[in-house]
Amino acid sequence: MSLALLIEQLLNGLQLGVMLFLMAAGLTLIFGVMGLINLAHGSLYMVGAFACAIVAAATGSFWIGLAASLVAAAAAGAIVEVTVIRRLYDRDHLDQVLATFALILVFSEGTRWVFGSFPLYLDIPPLLQGAVPLPGGGQYQLYRLAIIGVGIAVAIGLYLLISRTRLGMRIRAGESDREMIAALGVDIKTLYTVVFALGAALAGLAGALVGALQSVQVGMGEPVLILAFVVIVIGGIGSIKGALFGAILVGVVDTMGRVLLPQALSLMLPPSQAGLVGGALASMLIYIVMALILAFRPSGLFGAQS
Amino acid sequence: MRSILATGLLGLSLSVSGLANAEPVKIGVITTLSGGGSGLGIDMRDAFTLAIDRSGNEDVELVIEDDAQKPEMAVQIANKMIQSDNVDLMTGIIWSNLAMAVVPSVTAQDVIYLSPNAGPSALAGERCHPNYFNVAYQNDNFHEAMGQYANEDYKNTFILAPNYPAGKDSLTGFKRFYEGELAGEIYTQVGQTDYAAEIAQIRSSGADSVFFFLPGGMGISFMKQYAQSGLDIPVMGPAFSFSQDVLPAVGEAALGVKNSATWSKDLDNEANKAFVEAFTEEYGRLPSVYAAQSWDTANLILSALEKASPDDKEAFRAALKEADFDSVRGEFAFNTNNHPIQNVYIREVVEEDGELTNKVVATAFEDHEDAFAQDCSM
Amino acid sequence: MKATGAREIIANATIALLLLAVPLAASAMGEPFYVTLATRITILALAAAGLNIALGLGGLVSFGHAAFFGLGGYAAGIMAAHAFNAEPFFLGLDSTTSMPVIWLVAIVTCGLVALPIGAISLRTSGVYFIMITLAFAQMIYYFANSWPAYGGQDGLPIFIRNTFPGVNTAQPLPFFLLCYAALLLALLMFWSLRNSRFGAALQAARQNSVRVSAVGIAPFNVRLVAFVISAMVTGLAGALFADLNRFVSPSMLSWHMSGELIVLIVLGGIGRLFGPVAGAMLFVLLEHFLGGVTERWQLFLGLILLGVVLFARGGLLGMIAGKARHG
Repeated sequence: MSLALLIEQLLNGLQLGVMLFLMAAGLTLIFGVMGLINLAHGSLYMVGAFACAIVAAATGSFWIGLAASLVAAAAAGAIVEVTVIRRLYDRDHLDQVLATFALILVFSEGTRWVFGSFPLYLDIPPLLQGAVPLPGGGQYQLYRLAIIGVGIAVAIGLYLLISRTRLGMRIRAGESDREMIAALGVDIKTLYTVVFALGAALAGLAGALVGALQSVQVGMGEPVLILAFVVIVIGGIGSIKGALFGAILVGVVDTMGRVLLPQALSLMLPPSQAGLVGGALASMLIYIVMALILAFRPSGLFGAQS
Repeated sequence: MRSILATGLLGLSLSVSGLANAEPVKIGVITTLSGGGSGLGIDMRDAFTLAIDRSGNEDVELVIEDDAQKPEMAVQIANKMIQSDNVDLMTGIIWSNLAMAVVPSVTAQDVIYLSPNAGPSALAGERCHPNYFNVAYQNDNFHEAMGQYANEDYKNTFILAPNYPAGKDSLTGFKRFYEGELAGEIYTQVGQTDYAAEIAQIRSSGADSVFFFLPGGMGISFMKQYAQSGLDIPVMGPAFSFSQDVLPAVGEAALGVKNSATWSKDLDNEANKAFVEAFTEEYGRLPSVYAAQSWDTANLILSALEKASPDDKEAFRAALKEADFDSVRGEFAFNTNNHPIQNVYIREVVEEDGELTNKVVATAFEDHEDAFAQDCSM
Repeated sequence: MKATGAREIIANATIALLLLAVPLAASAMGEPFYVTLATRITILALAAAGLNIALGLGGLVSFGHAAFFGLGGYAAGIMAAHAFNAEPFFLGLDSTTSMPVIWLVAIVTCGLVALPIGAISLRTSGVYFIMITLAFAQMIYYFANSWPAYGGQDGLPIFIRNTFPGVNTAQPLPFFLLCYAALLLALLMFWSLRNSRFGAALQAARQNSVRVSAVGIAPFNVRLVAFVISAMVTGLAGALFADLNRFVSPSMLSWHMSGELIVLIVLGGIGRLFGPVAGAMLFVLLEHFLGGVTERWQLFLGLILLGVVLFARGGLLGMIAGKARHG
């Protein structure tokens, strides 16, 4: 494989990782602050993609659609938090799994009811079409570079938010001692709603950004949800830094596995066989990585050792 | 063991036919009406019910249920339809893996099943069955046609499909007729949504063309990303990613792409014109290839009902086998394995009145038969 | 306290009798489908009862029990396929369609697979345990999907239901009775485990693992044994499920299936003897009747599940019988 192709594939892995980070950051934040397992996080991603596709189709502008996706996902998140999620904080994980599993069904069929059963159209904005040259003679798609940029910006933004602002201070306090911040007079209900809506907005942002690359359809959130869980578990639950690291690891390992495994096997097997076996191994790869990491570090890479 | 099974089932079917004489013919339709794959099932159902309605035949009763694209669910519904609703015929399944779950047990219980879409190779060859009629295609057919057509222009094709049996059937089908070199052969993950890595491989492979089979959301994602990547190597594939149900979501990326199918909206025959007009008028959208196959399935059943009653299985099977109906695909006949002998066309995606659709540009095969008929002992 | 215990016993007896009486009556009235539906409930209840050993007694939330459910199913499917084609099965041994042998293979396979999975997963706890069990199940799911020998994603049909000496398994009612007997046996095992010293250690380890270690019991070993037994019971259910559907496919291994097994337990009531049975009854009946009423059935199923979890704490049995005795 040439150097240019290698760089391109690494960038592809990075871009997938960054997208997973947007999902995982919200998930890990919600778990860290409220102790909640939210299986319906993928549904908020879907809400973001649908909102962007519909608003972009109506207004002709991807950017208005993108703004709409943030608003729609945050609003959906806040509504769900106030009506359902709030009642689950003091329950055990099982009740949370069941309730948010039920929410997936409600979101999926609800979306299909409102927007129909056929996939929707969403394209990348004209401003970001085209490609930029890479060192080594290759080129890389501008839009995917922009996604990487957005991911980095969100990571920095989250870091500043949590370490420098009053809201961030409360979030940190909430992570370490829930009773204490309530005793200090912080309105914990509002704090939780805000954190949940923030996580939802990040998921919605990811959905909108990816919706331009993929098919906007019901059920699109589920494969991403599982990957996002893999990410936060590898990184250590509750750790934003861990989510970033885990996301990039998963993105790069998955992409490079898909590319390299069949090629490596084709040295030993005929091409179709190598493709089959390599493809099968590649699809299992990130789960193998995850099991290995947890076997040696049971609380993930950046998790607090319990 | 077999004989116990057979007597048990015989008893069941006798009691059914005893009841059914004066009653309407019941058709069980199991299809996908919820979840991400529901667009196909809804087109299937809409065309089927429309064909029955328009026929004016009041003695047909439909039992329609959603399988949610889950094999176990489909099996349960099939059991219910046979054991509780006492249906005479069954149809509706869209996906190969669901068909593999349901068809063997349905046909073994002496219920006739007509496939409006899926055609796994196992059911066409060794496991063919007198009670199983495929009114759509054998899974390899579209891919074989594309392989045949690719010979005209291309010498070095890159091929890819998902890593599951229908994906392997697809690439095997393509290679069965394609004579050029392969620039690469990739099996992608089932449900994969990002194809950047594969597209980079295609770019660096020196291919002169790309053949892909990625049904559902996978194909939409691939086509969008392929167009966005700026690669201008020609793409081709079976009709699934260029059918009327997904074209709006693929968008202009699909314009000009050649794809293979047994049907197109512009096929010039009376039955097809009537079908497209009826469907568009009733539902306000253009029909997909699934709708066309389903419309044919309904009309095949209606034609057989005029000659025989489903209570007399032998006579009814014979009536079905004659395929004495006006297919929207033109010439249509059943092979020895109850799979179609039909033309396979090459279509091109075009824009018509601001809407993306397909038009026929070539005929890849005339009266094409599938490759498995000789393995079938019928 | 005594009164709620009595109420739970009455509720359990009612559920057990109902699950037996309905198929008997349906069979007598010539409605074989309701026998099939009851068999489905019974098998899913058996699978969930297996999970309940790890989850209800040990507090081990496995989000990967579909792996064992599917492996059991594949054991039945693969052996039936080899027997059907008259090919040797393993190490040159002849395959068989005899259910007792198939069940044994399914149970042993699941035990052998659960041992390393449990040994690695039990190093973690809490959400990490939930997710690492999911990861193992996903590995097996993807493997089954892409491994061509036994049908890959298309799955594997079982052309003739496997046999049991002296029982006509092709008929719905005898097959149901077999499954029902297996369920009762599993529940009996759950009950005696709960009341045994082993069960006491397991429950104590859930509540306070430090204290258990202090009295000389290794919580890890106790949990591992519970996890393995749990997987074996779920694997048996998988073998029966494959024979019920005459079909096995990777969807039995999917994370949806793992989620559904958890849902059954929570619906019925966590840690309760008949929780999985009550949960399976409610879930399958909802799925069946809602599916017949509207194509939007999943929306209503979701809303009903949400209602149960929010307003009927302790699940169906918790609602009927009041708060659980601890454990």
